[in-house]
Amino acid sequence: MADEHISAGATDGSVYRVAGGLTIIRAATTQRELDALPDPLTIDLSEVERMDTVGAWIIYRTVRDRGAKVIGASRDEVSLLKQVADFDKPARVIPEQPSGAVRALTELGEWVVEAGRTLLGLLGFFGATLIAFAAVIKRPRRFRVNAVVQRFDVVGVRALGIIGLMSFLIGIVIAQQGSVQLAQFGAEVYTINLIGRITARELGTLMTAIMVAGRSGSAFAAQIGTMKITEEIDAMRTIGVSPVEALVIPRLISAVVMMPLLAFWSMLLTLIGGGMFVWLSLGIPPITYIQRLQEVIPLTDLWVGLIKAPVFGFIIALSGCFQGMLVQGDSEQVGTRTTIAVVQSIFLVIVLDAVFAVFFSNIGWI
Amino acid sequence: MTPPGCQPVIEVRGLRNSFGDQVVHDDLDLTVCRGEILGVVGGSGTGKSVLLRSIIGLQTPDAGEICVLGEDMIGRNEDEAKNIRRRWGILFQNGALFSTLTVAENVEVPLREYFPHIQPPLLDEIASYKIAMGGLPPDAGPKYPSELSGGMVKRAGLARALALDPELLFLDEPTSGLDPMAAASFDELIRSLKERLGLTVFLITHDLDSLYAVCDRVAVLADRKVIAVGTIPELLALDHPWIQEYFNGPRGRAAALGHEDIVEHSKA
Repeated sequence: MADEHISAGATDGSVYRVAGGLTIIRAATTQRELDALPDPLTIDLSEVERMDTVGAWIIYRTVRDRGAKVIGASRDEVSLLKQVADFDKPARVIPEQPSGAVRALTELGEWVVEAGRTLLGLLGFFGATLIAFAAVIKRPRRFRVNAVVQRFDVVGVRALGIIGLMSFLIGIVIAQQGSVQLAQFGAEVYTINLIGRITARELGTLMTAIMVAGRSGSAFAAQIGTMKITEEIDAMRTIGVSPVEALVIPRLISAVVMMPLLAFWSMLLTLIGGGMFVWLSLGIPPITYIQRLQEVIPLTDLWVGLIKAPVFGFIIALSGCFQGMLVQGDSEQVGTRTTIAVVQSIFLVIVLDAVFAVFFSNIGWI
Repeated sequence: MTPPGCQPVIEVRGLRNSFGDQVVHDDLDLTVCRGEILGVVGGSGTGKSVLLRSIIGLQTPDAGEICVLGEDMIGRNEDEAKNIRRRWGILFQNGALFSTLTVAENVEVPLREYFPHIQPPLLDEIASYKIAMGGLPPDAGPKYPSELSGGMVKRAGLARALALDPELLFLDEPTSGLDPMAAASFDELIRSLKERLGLTVFLITHDLDSLYAVCDRVAVLADRKVIAVGTIPELLALDHPWIQEYFNGPRGRAAALGHEDIVEHSKA
């Protein structure tokens, strides 16, 4: 319907004649055609039937930038062109960004500052929870039994299935891999030592911690972060409920109490998984397997595993809640903070695990 | 109830919406004419937002016909619906700006979606003047939604709704949460945009001042239906208890005082 007649005069530049619609639908084409014409340019609007603001804008910017002359505009078109001109206030589309080396340096600096702040913030948050703990101990009636019990269910009971399955499978994998390697020395029977000690000392607790961080640490961060965005936390504060007492303490307690129980459950299932493999593949009957386990696992190994568990639980809950509390502004932050919470807590758990390993070796729990 | 010479832009016939046992709309009829600003009022929970969602196709009604810009909306496939969606703009109650994009990028989203061939410099200029048209200062362009105040979020949402030069504009409580000055200037903005661009506006509001200031006609939602449509003087002449209470309550009177010309006109 809309067809343009372009005529280029030899002496007085070119004339761009638009017929039909001058609207957003033809915006790209119109702009391209205008760009192709030489100056001085005259735009003839006498045959335009419909013009919208985008069409008007294209005409306006051509006049503004190239000094084009507009002829044949009707009264409505003139007023639309005037209106569009009123709104000519150039705005940036994205925030100004420094380039190259400056940006790299800026980002490095921001990262360092952010890391320092996080560390300091985590320490401060740790302090705030201690104060809240003290307050709850002083006035036990403020302790939220229901919230804590509910968290026990979510963090502990509902994790039994997945942690049990994971542990069982890992038990089989360790037994299988161990027996293959040990068979080369004719020492398959030591597979039981391997399973028993690695499970009690390290794997049971560590795998549970990683699972809890992924399951509950992330949930803590997301729940608290969302409550931060919807201003629920602010509402709590103004009503006089301490968010640390109401939200953080129940989560911390549940993680600290549930972690050793889950770790123990995980050890049990890993040993069962390993035992199954040993029984079916190496022909060692369960009763012998259990007797051997009793002989080769010193009780201290169990303690090593179980002492670490509540500490890991504490770290996971602390970092989950802390990152949740740091959420500000938009919903994207909930996602980012949840990711940070999981990464941070797994990292801290592994660092602490190394510290524990050295510590227990030095006190003679070998 | 329809004024003479009305060219219907939105036609709703026999609409029924329900959630479980709760029936929100039952046999609801409504017509919006070209070039008018229709205000929709009603108590909380009378289904104003559900009506809007039904018209724009976010909610499939149990029964009824909905016709927008001459096209039947029910049972449309995605491609056909796209052609109609290009011709309207919607301002959601809370702005619904994309939080990971700046204001200017938000305005560019519909433009990029429907007209991917527009040259980037032209696109940025179009976004700039839509932002200015929405009543925002130029420095709002590169800001993210989380950095904006409530009023600015609404203006940015309006700028995005206007991006495609729509014929039809849906506004869901545009002045809620704004201070009276901001609300008044928003009313002024809508009025002037309507006059400049010849828009048809479907306006859900609780703001009595807005009703008096901008609406050509007002539709009242109650008892799961549109119980009355008309100019404010016409509605005042009805003796439905809810309408009387709404317009003649203390707030209704205060709003009417500020717009005496309309009320006086009704008596004359």
